[in-house]
Amino acid sequence: MMRGHDTGPAMTPAQRVGRAILVAVALGALLAPWIAPHRAGDQLTDRAYAPPTRVRVHDAAGFHAPFFYPQTLTDRLRRQFGVDTATRVPLVIGRGALLQSSAGDQPLLLLGADSLGRDVFSRVALGARWSLGVTLLGALGALLIGAMFGAFAAVAGGRADAWLMRFADFVLVLPAVYLVLVLRALLPAVLSTADVFLLMALLFALAAWPHVARGVRAIVAVELRRDYAEAARAAGAGRWRVVAHVLPATRGFLAAEMILLVPALLSAEAAVSYLGLGFPEPTPSWGTMLQEAANVRVLTEAPWMLAPAAALFIVVFALQLAGARASTRAVFFDSLASHASDPS
Amino acid sequence: MNLALVRFALRRIVSAAAFALIVAASAFTLTRLAPGDATTELVASGARPEVIARERARLGLDRPFSQQALAWARGMLRGDLGESSMFGRPVRALVLERAAATARLAGLALLVATLIGLPLGVISGATPRHWVARLTAPLSLALVSILPVVGALALLLLAASTGWLSIEPGAIAVPALALALPLAASLERLQAQAVRDVVSAPDLVAAAARGIPPHRLIWVHASRQSLRPVLGVYGVVIGSLFGGSFAVEVITAWPGLGRLMYDALRGRDVFLVSGCALAGAVCLTAGNVIADLLRAIVDPRARETS
Repeated sequence: MMRGHDTGPAMTPAQRVGRAILVAVALGALLAPWIAPHRAGDQLTDRAYAPPTRVRVHDAAGFHAPFFYPQTLTDRLRRQFGVDTATRVPLVIGRGALLQSSAGDQPLLLLGADSLGRDVFSRVALGARWSLGVTLLGALGALLIGAMFGAFAAVAGGRADAWLMRFADFVLVLPAVYLVLVLRALLPAVLSTADVFLLMALLFALAAWPHVARGVRAIVAVELRRDYAEAARAAGAGRWRVVAHVLPATRGFLAAEMILLVPALLSAEAAVSYLGLGFPEPTPSWGTMLQEAANVRVLTEAPWMLAPAAALFIVVFALQLAGARASTRAVFFDSLASHASDPS
Repeated sequence: MNLALVRFALRRIVSAAAFALIVAASAFTLTRLAPGDATTELVASGARPEVIARERARLGLDRPFSQQALAWARGMLRGDLGESSMFGRPVRALVLERAAATARLAGLALLVATLIGLPLGVISGATPRHWVARLTAPLSLALVSILPVVGALALLLLAASTGWLSIEPGAIAVPALALALPLAASLERLQAQAVRDVVSAPDLVAAAARGIPPHRLIWVHASRQSLRPVLGVYGVVIGSLFGGSFAVEVITAWPGLGRLMYDALRGRDVFLVSGCALAGAVCLTAGNVIADLLRAIVDPRARETS
């Protein structure tokens, strides 16, 4: 178990790469409205399941500024598209989006279109805000609840501590996905996007706090017996005042816990939204977008529909890289690694 | 079998049974007290009030909650979990069927993951420069990053486009691999770490000094000692498998508990929800108890806690 300030040796190259990806993803999510060429709900005519438009810089005539060939629907029934290699549609920068098609009737579809002719790239970018936002808020909530609960148990001690921790262990054993599913399914199905956002974050926090609580309790219980806590007490600090001195010692643990919580909660968001209990249409979230993809025909004919899955993978992979220490820390769906490292 | 071990086992089993009952009772209470019931759809479809009232009476929904809860608890004692309002079948048969499917999936995934993960972990922990270890390290980092939803979809795509795996309904390969591969990677990493910690231990250095050949040192001495920490996480592994299997089951249409639970919740099928919760809790704690017992057998210190 890590404690206190965990600066350690210099960052490994893997950690640097991981952090760089995470920063890029965070920027992409924050700036999504300015990056996405289309709005999340925009349905482009005759573009259902249109394949990605390839951005090119070279054709038979030589090099050009970035452009793509116009797409036309050649067979409506079989949803086949052809490209007209005779004309070039140049890309422009900064017309309502970072990259945009210069022709109004020729949309730029970097990752193709879904069944309603909506731009998958724009939806993945805009969906990042909802998926990552709700995950981060939920994880922070879990840290907050867990830290408060754990610290309270450690200070209370004795029988109260034992019962509180028994309760935490009870919730800990329940798989978070099921807990979120049950609570979400029992609440009204149709809610506004903002309500869903807050509700899901709350449910994530309520499902994921026990592991944090256990760790914080263990750390606080040890720290309370150390000299500086003793000194604070001798100087007349009350119980809660001492906790305020001790809590910073859990910082390293909480940071490591965040790296475990985010993949677990992203997974829960994806699963719950996939079932249609997530964000309402046309608000995109990565899980909601994957609903359409779990169909063998769609998968084989429009594999770009898996773009949100790729996005999920990239985020979790970057987290693994960023969190990897010199000695590896494995993370399974839940929080396997921290169990392995704390023998209690 | 000594007395301490038996006492430990009994204590674990009793607390596991209590856990399962509490989970089922909470599920029953939550479902019943949440807005809406099994006739909500009937109401929405514009059925006449008499029809709805008759249906509510048939399902026992018109009685006060305390009476319903009492009837449910009495049934539980007799091993009767009630009847599903959606399927019109006894909950017990339904749940047993689906729980068996989930257990089969999770068991196979655990087996595959163990068979792949542990040997590779021993190799990469003991001989990090070996080509197998060099190949495993990046691969397991990538596999560990695959969420169940992502893995299931990716395997579905692979199976559909290459035909290597069957995607017929009821085919176990895709869901089992979707669960097993990330788990194998996790186990590999844990095992590698455990072996790495063990190989520099004094007793192994002494054994090497006595002239015990390296392969025996790795595969017998180090593996046996590294078993303890790895076995310690199997309880958690089973919990993760259960959580992960939910998404995988839903995506690959595997007829397990996850899907049934979801359908039951959607239909506000009170008895079915609590039946599923009970079955899930029993499977989960059974796995945990087995893992704890194995650990207690390997490591006497574990008998002291909990």
